[in-house]
Amino acid sequence: MSLAEKLDQLRVTALAEISASDSQADLNQIRVKWLGKKGPITEVLRGMKDLAPAERPTIGAKANELRDTLTQAIGDKQATLAAAALAAQLAGETIDVTLPGKPVVQGQPHVLQQIIEDLEDQFIGMGYQIVEGPEVEQDEYNFKRMNLPEDHPARDMQDTFYISKSLLMRTQTSPVQARTLEQHDFSKGPLKMISPGRVYRRDTDDATHSHQFHQVEGLVIDKHITMGDLKGTLLAVAHQLFGADHDIRLRPSYFPFTEPSVEVDVSWGPVTDQTKPEDIDWIEVLGAGMVHPNVLRMAGVDPDVYGGFAFGLGPDRFAMLKHGVEDIRNFYLNDIRFLKQFDQKG
Amino acid sequence: MNVSLNWLRDYLPITIPANELAEKIARTAVEIDDQYHLAGDMKKIVIARVLSVEPHPDSDHLVITQIDAGEDEPLQIVTGAPNVAVGQTVVLAKHGSTVGDHKKIRRGKLRGEVSNGMLVALQEIGIDDKVSPKNFEEGIWVFNEADAKSLVPGEDALTVLGLRDDILELGITPNRADMLSMNGTAWEVGAILDEVPTLPQFELTESSVPAAEAIKVTAPADLAPKYGVRVVKNVKVADSPLWLQRRLWAMGIRPISNVVDVTNLMLLTYGQPLHAFDYDRLPAKELTVRAAEANEELTTLDGVERRTQAGDILVTSANQPLMFAGVMGGASTEVTAETENVVLEAAIFEPKAIRHAARDQNLHSEASQRFERGVNVDDTFKALDHAAALLAELAQGEVLAGRVIAQDYAYQAPSIAITVAKINHVLGTDLTVETVGTIFDRLGFPYQVDAGDRFTVTIPARRWDIKIPADLIEEVARIYGYDELPTTLPVGEMTMGGLTGKQHFLRASRHVLEGLGMNQAISYALTTPAKAARFQITPVTPVVLDYPMSQDHQVTRGSLITSLLDDVAYNLAHKQADLALYEQGRVFDAKGDDTLPEEREHLAGILTGHLQTASWDQKAQDVDFFTLKGIVEQLLTNLGFTDVHFVANRERPDMHPGQTADIFLGSTLVGFIGQIHPQTAQDYRIKQTFAFELDLTAMLALPREGDHYDVISRFPSISRDLALLVDRDTTSADVLALIKAHGGAYLKSVTVFDVYTGDKVPADKKSLAYSLTFVSPETTLVDADINAAMDRINQALVEQLAAQVR
Repeated sequence: MSLAEKLDQLRVTALAEISASDSQADLNQIRVKWLGKKGPITEVLRGMKDLAPAERPTIGAKANELRDTLTQAIGDKQATLAAAALAAQLAGETIDVTLPGKPVVQGQPHVLQQIIEDLEDQFIGMGYQIVEGPEVEQDEYNFKRMNLPEDHPARDMQDTFYISKSLLMRTQTSPVQARTLEQHDFSKGPLKMISPGRVYRRDTDDATHSHQFHQVEGLVIDKHITMGDLKGTLLAVAHQLFGADHDIRLRPSYFPFTEPSVEVDVSWGPVTDQTKPEDIDWIEVLGAGMVHPNVLRMAGVDPDVYGGFAFGLGPDRFAMLKHGVEDIRNFYLNDIRFLKQFDQKG
Repeated sequence: MNVSLNWLRDYLPITIPANELAEKIARTAVEIDDQYHLAGDMKKIVIARVLSVEPHPDSDHLVITQIDAGEDEPLQIVTGAPNVAVGQTVVLAKHGSTVGDHKKIRRGKLRGEVSNGMLVALQEIGIDDKVSPKNFEEGIWVFNEADAKSLVPGEDALTVLGLRDDILELGITPNRADMLSMNGTAWEVGAILDEVPTLPQFELTESSVPAAEAIKVTAPADLAPKYGVRVVKNVKVADSPLWLQRRLWAMGIRPISNVVDVTNLMLLTYGQPLHAFDYDRLPAKELTVRAAEANEELTTLDGVERRTQAGDILVTSANQPLMFAGVMGGASTEVTAETENVVLEAAIFEPKAIRHAARDQNLHSEASQRFERGVNVDDTFKALDHAAALLAELAQGEVLAGRVIAQDYAYQAPSIAITVAKINHVLGTDLTVETVGTIFDRLGFPYQVDAGDRFTVTIPARRWDIKIPADLIEEVARIYGYDELPTTLPVGEMTMGGLTGKQHFLRASRHVLEGLGMNQAISYALTTPAKAARFQITPVTPVVLDYPMSQDHQVTRGSLITSLLDDVAYNLAHKQADLALYEQGRVFDAKGDDTLPEEREHLAGILTGHLQTASWDQKAQDVDFFTLKGIVEQLLTNLGFTDVHFVANRERPDMHPGQTADIFLGSTLVGFIGQIHPQTAQDYRIKQTFAFELDLTAMLALPREGDHYDVISRFPSISRDLALLVDRDTTSADVLALIKAHGGAYLKSVTVFDVYTGDKVPADKKSLAYSLTFVSPETTLVDADINAAMDRINQALVEQLAAQVR
């Protein structure tokens, strides 16, 4: 058999072995066997010295070509085997991705706190300061400075937890306004504030009454504040809390500390140009008005120069309306199943 | 106040439907609490006459009647009414009719006898029990003979009884007491509809005998600025005519007798409470208004024996108390069926005293409500005269000549000046002088306008609530319409909004805890005295309510933990055992009756059950002291506190003596952490619970570190482990402090990685293992550097803690 023939035979046998190999180890052996120093190709090349000089280049080239072919084939086979091994590994690692993730621990802010912080952020954006005050108040600030002298019939509107003749659990956060008003230096600019916090009423707890609830009251005093400004501000609040497609309406009401006084209703559903007035369901959400001159005067502010508006709203009521919470006591029982429901962010 | 639309139509032409009127009133004047048609869906209820009454063969309590209902043939009706009798004019609900509460009436047999409908009582056709006349409580309604004459069998009984009427329930605010009368409401609705109301008229005929000869009256001006009486002799007390009765029950008032009904009619018409005394039962022929002494005895019309408080206003005769003036009459001089002579009283009483008496006696009557809020002083004696005229007409009384007057305060109509510019300035509108003038015209307020835009408005007595220019601005705004106001935002000098440092701190404390898995609770700040005393960081005195509403909420809390434990108990009772709750709120420390208490912002949290709950591939982990401590440590780190010490405290009441630590920042006690004492947990009906409480107000006053940047060393760090055997009561904090004190400049961090007590060490010892990390920002450390530091540490531990370094 000529060397050339032998090389051809080697090629057929070797390629068949490479093709048949089924593991990396097997393939390594094949590589050593065929391409190693003791392998048949090396042997052929060694045997070239016995060839006629004219034949040498032809056989040499052929042998080299065979070596390259086998190297290439082994490389390809290796890649195929690696791919198969990877595929097998991946197949083995396949999981049920529909199983639930591992629970992470996350706490939620109370739904009332969320509403209060939302409002705080909105009013900060409109240049308001946030002011807190004492929850145990003086009658002086809770009532008298709010234009509710002793024996004023409107005191009956708010059943009060008294502590002594002069001290009480505040029934509203408006005393904070009186306190801030008397401190404010109007030469440094207008007063724009809200006061959020807990308030107390001498009520029996039931689905719609709570002896403790929350209020956010607002006050703006400057030289040129109009009732139109009040309307615009409250519309902005309604949009923030209920959505930009809701509308508000003002109805006459009475609060001793404002004149004129209004109740503000917000539409339950969206209101567009096409909505008929009789189809709008109005929900009472807050009280407001233009600050009574007596309130300003008692705080040492000249009502002939300064004026403005005040409003008060109840986060509890907002939360009940917004989320359909049917019982106000839910906010204070802190059932974990209740607290965890209000987990929407952003 | 309920307003009958039929009655209101006597004053004004009302052409719009009731619901449209209600909407206008709500948008312009006062809230509408409810609006309904008295007849509801009732039908086929007619006037009928009883032709015959025969016994029922099979029943003792039923009778068989033949009834003329205006049809060709009489109808047979079986009834159980005890008061049915031949010749009566009654109300029949015919076959196919609907009576009150949507009840349908059908032909049927009662014990074998056909009945073609039902004879009804007023209560069965929608007139409230409390309003139906008492003498028909037990039986069917029977018209009195005088009224019956004009009634025709078969005609619509609902019309006759005044039930084809719409009622508006007005929610009247304290400033609009003028609308607690039909006259006042008519003025208001007139302004809304731009109509002038026609007010009721009357003619009074007096006898020649002067009333002043029959009675004397005395009243001090400070208690009764207006006080007058009339005397009506020879009245015939009887039921009122139908027109008056139906007017009262439509408005929600029970007809009693003509004398009483007339005073009530005047109350509703003028808003002026009147009172009728039985003249012959007066102890003396004189009435004196005076302030009560404490504990004078008086039985009121409702039969209750009451005692006065000093300062209540009394009407007396021969110094005997007859009534709580302006609140409720007395039984001793009540008008009865036997009454022949009547003293009618009209007065204005001092509102504060009325308010006190009504509150003290828990007697909030129609009268007291009005006196507290004010009445129209121009109508006081008009109502008195009108009542006398009606008694003459309805009870055939003889009105003695003249009023007998003790006080007669005269109303001085105030003039209020306001410019259109000011109105526009406040409302943000662009109203003209003409528009504003039209609004005052509609309200019926006389005014003058000067050359410019200045109105001088005269306020009639019926609108005593209007006192200052701002009140006039409200009148203009509401009649003009709040819907018409522009919608703008304040313009003017810029103001900066933002949170204060404290507000940032409080928010951060909440947000950090939420990130660590704690849910925010908001609990009641008022609690029981026993609970208020518990878990105080440092002793505080709770603020005590004067008149608590319930046992559970009597005093302010002294800690937040106590509230959170209530929450835990509630959750456990509802099978919720895994709880991580926190609350941020105030704790109160009383400083006396006239001084505001100190209010401190606190933060507290509790853990019970599992924090990390079980899932399909991991087990739930029980919480313990260190779970909660990790949260608190992270919180304190995030809030910028570095000098934190946990010091075991065995003495905290209600806390586990072996699992409680006080928390110090530097040398300041700011709170504590630990397990709730098992005994206390049992009191609250809760399981093993861990809690912490921090005084944020105290913390705010302490130094805090902001974030600062340390260059991360380019050089490798070296770690060394240190295992020690120390006395069992040596704390990790002691060891750590020594390591840090002697670790040198390169000691970067120390962590505990093992704690062991048990068989492998002596019983009074424990083994602690620490990992120390050294790094230099400037150079690669060599063993020699570290060894020197470790030697110093070892020496200190051996010398100061008698530690065996292993």
